Amino acid sequence: MSVQTTEYTVSEIRSPAAFITSRVFIYGALIFWAFVCLFPIYWTITTSFKSAVDVTQGHLIPFVDFQPDWKGWRSLGLSPDSILQTSTVRDEFLKRFMNSVITSVGASSLAIVIGSLAAYGLVRYRYKFAWFKNEDISFFFLSQLILPPVVLALPFLVLYREVALLDTRIGLVLLYTLMVLPIVIWIMRDQFNSIPVELEEAALVDGLSIWGAFFRIVMPIALPGMVAAFILAMVLCWNEYFFAALLTSTDAKTIPVMVASQTGSQGINWWSMAALATAAIAPLAIIGIALERYLIMGMTAGSVK
Amino acid sequence: MAEQTSTANAWPANPADLIPQGRKRLGWGLLAIATLGLLAIIIVQILYKTEMSTVGFYTWRPVVYAYILWGAALGAWQVLTRGEDGQRALFLLPALLFTIAMVIFPTLFGFYIALTDWNLSSYTGRRFNGLDNFWQMLADPYYRNALFNMVLYVLAVLVEYVIAFGLALLLNAQIRARKFFRVVFLLPLMLSPVAVSWMVGKSLMEYRFGPAATLARHLGWDNPAFFSDPITARIAIMMLDAWTFIPFMMIMLLAGLQAMSREVLEAARVDGATAWQTFWQVTFPLMLPVSVTAVILRIIFKLKLADIIITLTSGGPGGATDSVSSFIYREYRDRSNVGYGTMLAMAYLIIIIVFVTWLLKVASRFVRNVN
Repeated sequence: MSVQTTEYTVSEIRSPAAFITSRVFIYGALIFWAFVCLFPIYWTITTSFKSAVDVTQGHLIPFVDFQPDWKGWRSLGLSPDSILQTSTVRDEFLKRFMNSVITSVGASSLAIVIGSLAAYGLVRYRYKFAWFKNEDISFFFLSQLILPPVVLALPFLVLYREVALLDTRIGLVLLYTLMVLPIVIWIMRDQFNSIPVELEEAALVDGLSIWGAFFRIVMPIALPGMVAAFILAMVLCWNEYFFAALLTSTDAKTIPVMVASQTGSQGINWWSMAALATAAIAPLAIIGIALERYLIMGMTAGSVK
Repeated sequence: MAEQTSTANAWPANPADLIPQGRKRLGWGLLAIATLGLLAIIIVQILYKTEMSTVGFYTWRPVVYAYILWGAALGAWQVLTRGEDGQRALFLLPALLFTIAMVIFPTLFGFYIALTDWNLSSYTGRRFNGLDNFWQMLADPYYRNALFNMVLYVLAVLVEYVIAFGLALLLNAQIRARKFFRVVFLLPLMLSPVAVSWMVGKSLMEYRFGPAATLARHLGWDNPAFFSDPITARIAIMMLDAWTFIPFMMIMLLAGLQAMSREVLEAARVDGATAWQTFWQVTFPLMLPVSVTAVILRIIFKLKLADIIITLTSGGPGGATDSVSSFIYREYRDRSNVGYGTMLAMAYLIIIIVFVTWLLKVASRFVRNVN
């Protein structure tokens, strides 16, 4: 299901003039959309190097329009000249950053573990819990996808206060796991379906237990799918705002909440805001570009048969 | 769950898997102890919280631990009493117990909260008031307005679909640097919507100096204040959300295009069909199942739309951009109205379930009729 290059031409080419027109149109559209995708990112990154006057005059191109400096990054304590000094803002930022890392990695890992196990069971074995069969159980898991966060948010607010999980990272990890579990199960079901059952039968004949066959034979084959599911889950958890905004206040606040709460009383510090936004999007942009193949694999799982 | 029988048809039955009585007894004993322990802790806790006894824990956290232990005992019971079948059930148990604990219980609890008058900032605490919240909801113009906005937001998915399909076709064409364009087109999906919408909405579209506003002025729009007019504000929110999620549909459609057999397109070309005809009579019908999946998934995500609105407009101007989620969010955050907010959320959940079920039915019939 990976996206490969295809060799055929879309439109049957009739004449050189038509060919050139179609080329111009295709590349024009491609470049236009690339601009639409990249410009906000470019704007965010450059703004973090602007001073107030450059922002308000709408200067766009560094070194030509304006002289970049480290202003935004200095206010975060992350510029070259301030990185060695103590900075409360940086400590704050790093704390939020670590919260984001821990919650998203923790939730994705937990979801991968229990989601893969469930998906494997659902694909390979037949269950019957009371009157629920495999299809019903699968539907039960996948139907969680339509559950809007707002439905769970208020009950969880109350319940978490009762079990002392409010404003803790564990609380967020549990909720995020719930949020990405349907997607993980969806992807992993597709993965396990594509593995021939004969492999496990052979392993069982060789004396491995069911779980032994799963860990020694199936897991290594399904690893790319797990990576895909993990990355997709990471993206969703890292960017999650709603639960984090409602259920955290001081200790477990994540990066998106910190970004959203930057509007001060004396206006907005565009440069520090931009630096913060850049820092918030950079990790995923890097992961996404490096592991784009897996991301696509995860998103297209099960959609094309 | 006691009557669970998992039969593994794909596997040869193992005749040697006879379980000794002692092991079975151990399994049942373990489960009984765990169940009794869980019930005991819950009862102790209820008595303590209702001030009928002085023994108990300050929070309900021990109940959570007891539930986890009970889950472990349930797994052990399965393995001990049912051998290999039990080991198979073990694959499913963690996810099942987790989801039940995290969804069923809070949702039921939510339905109870929805029937109470409960404002966190008032001292009177929780008070059961039956359907009062429900009647209040029916008379609430802001909630109706938010629902109406959701209809608009969902309709915007069709526009997103057209753009995403166009992009997928472009990426599927014979082009150079395909990988580069694919990565670039995918990028918006990975970036935090809150951070990006903050930067785009509050600085790029700033009406005094934002480049988008400057561009709009050059194009002849005198006063490009994107977020002060209800209609432009809605469109701006739709565009920001589309920016994030178009890649999602695009990738699914692209995979569909690439899975299409080349022979069909070749045949259409040999028969002398123009590109336009080929698209409408071959590509589009063949792509319909993928398209329907992509659009439905996108609608499901759209129904959760909240973060961009909360950070950018807080529902303004005058509730014009409010989604149901952002409206309920403010109902809690600004007014601490837990009871009423939960009633709104539960009503929304029911509307969504009915709507999505209907959508799935219509979609499957639609796909069947066309093909």
